[in-house]
Amino acid sequence: MSAPSLLIKELAFAYPDGTQALYGVNLTIQKGERVALLGPNGAGKTTLVMHMNGIHPTAHGSVHVAGQLVDSKDKESLKEIRSKVGIVFQDPDDQLFMPTVGEDIAFGPYNMGIRGPELDAVVDNALAQVGMSEFKNRPPHHLSFGQRRRVAVATVLAMKPEILVLDEPSSNLDPASRRELAEILRSLDITMVMVTHDLPYAYELCERSVILSGGIIVADDTTHSILTDESLLKTNRLELPVGFSISQRA
Amino acid sequence: MKIEQHHGHHHGHDVGERLYLHRHSVIHSLPSHAKIVAALLFILIAVSTPIHKWAAFIGYFVILLITVAAAKIPFTLMFKRALIEIPFIFFALLMPFFGTGERFEVAGLNLYREGLLAGTSIFVKGTLGVITAIILSTSTTAREILRGLERLKLPALMVQIASFMLRYVNVVNDEMERMKVARESRGFEATGIKHWKVLATAAGALFIRSYERGERVHLAMLSRGYTGVLPHDEPPHIPLTLWLRSLTLPITASLIFFTTMALGF
Repeated sequence: MSAPSLLIKELAFAYPDGTQALYGVNLTIQKGERVALLGPNGAGKTTLVMHMNGIHPTAHGSVHVAGQLVDSKDKESLKEIRSKVGIVFQDPDDQLFMPTVGEDIAFGPYNMGIRGPELDAVVDNALAQVGMSEFKNRPPHHLSFGQRRRVAVATVLAMKPEILVLDEPSSNLDPASRRELAEILRSLDITMVMVTHDLPYAYELCERSVILSGGIIVADDTTHSILTDESLLKTNRLELPVGFSISQRA
Repeated sequence: MKIEQHHGHHHGHDVGERLYLHRHSVIHSLPSHAKIVAALLFILIAVSTPIHKWAAFIGYFVILLITVAAAKIPFTLMFKRALIEIPFIFFALLMPFFGTGERFEVAGLNLYREGLLAGTSIFVKGTLGVITAIILSTSTTAREILRGLERLKLPALMVQIASFMLRYVNVVNDEMERMKVARESRGFEATGIKHWKVLATAAGALFIRSYERGERVHLAMLSRGYTGVLPHDEPPHIPLTLWLRSLTLPITASLIFFTTMALGF
């Protein structure tokens, strides 16, 4: 069996002001898995994500991506890690900073040294994957929010990552955009970590869920058993929407 | 009103692109860096022509207006945009009243010859410069001007800063609008000096938000392997004939300059 896409061991982290965000996180994600990372606000989800590609230096413990250690001191390996871990940030306006959609998607692959017709092919392919091909030359400002989110996903897919990390992918989307994005995500053959509060979305897309609460992993199971465990959800400030129920035995 | 078909091109009406007017013209199709060079050269020639060479200035205006027509820029639009010059003309108008040396009287006003010449010089050369800038900004998208500056080897960092400004001016503008709506929804209306405190606080909040966004953008850039250089395409090779065509305006202007100098008009 090949190395897991993501291997986190005993990861702890405190912010410079002394606030402890992570207290020893252990998490293994195999290649091809789709995992929802659940947890209340302030649980440390974003902090954890920032460790996956070395934005936050690992202070204690270790993070491996596809067998490679994330070491924020080694700039060369960090470059490789960042091409392997594609993070889609919550606000697409933060992610889309180039003048046009096409240039934005080219940004990552360009930094990896891809040039010329090969770069064009990568860009076209990524746009096709999210169904946004005809928007290549448009400035991001002229796109709807849902379209921008899809382009943000494409900017990361263009880097052919080992693992796709999505921060609140369904936030601020109208129901149709939300469903369209789900269809796109399901069509991708890639390891996926989805940070979300949208439990039905997690149920729909991820077979496995983990709950991060108070800086540790408090639950790691199938999404079905986690979402049917009412007391577990309740202690971690997670709630299914009113009227949404999952049958006890699927 | 006539609505033009734009064949899928985008025609700008947002903050970053509202100067650009989409047309299909010779001027629009010229490479941006050649246009920037042409505009600078033309202004340089105009500025270095002594003001008493009247014939030369008539010549400059004629070829400039021909360029405006060639760029398919409506003269009314050009005129409206040229109004930006007014505050500068205001000072030029005052100049004949101050100065030293030869004086004369026109309609009961005491004017100084030196001041009159200097004022006229500012007015004429300023107008030429403004119209040149209008042609450039109306026929070239802001994005293309940045690309042109990049090809002219302007420091990459400056071009990057300007291009981020272009990308985010709309985002920040929207944010500012939303804050304004939120203020007004709670009954606030800026009418006088006593409201400046509220506006200043809002400006401060906007600054902090933009600063934080800057940090998030930087994070997103790092996550995709940013190392200090933005992708840029290799500058296309421009044949000599295209350069000459782009530089028609300054070349003609220099001919006018040398002719009037030689003939002593």
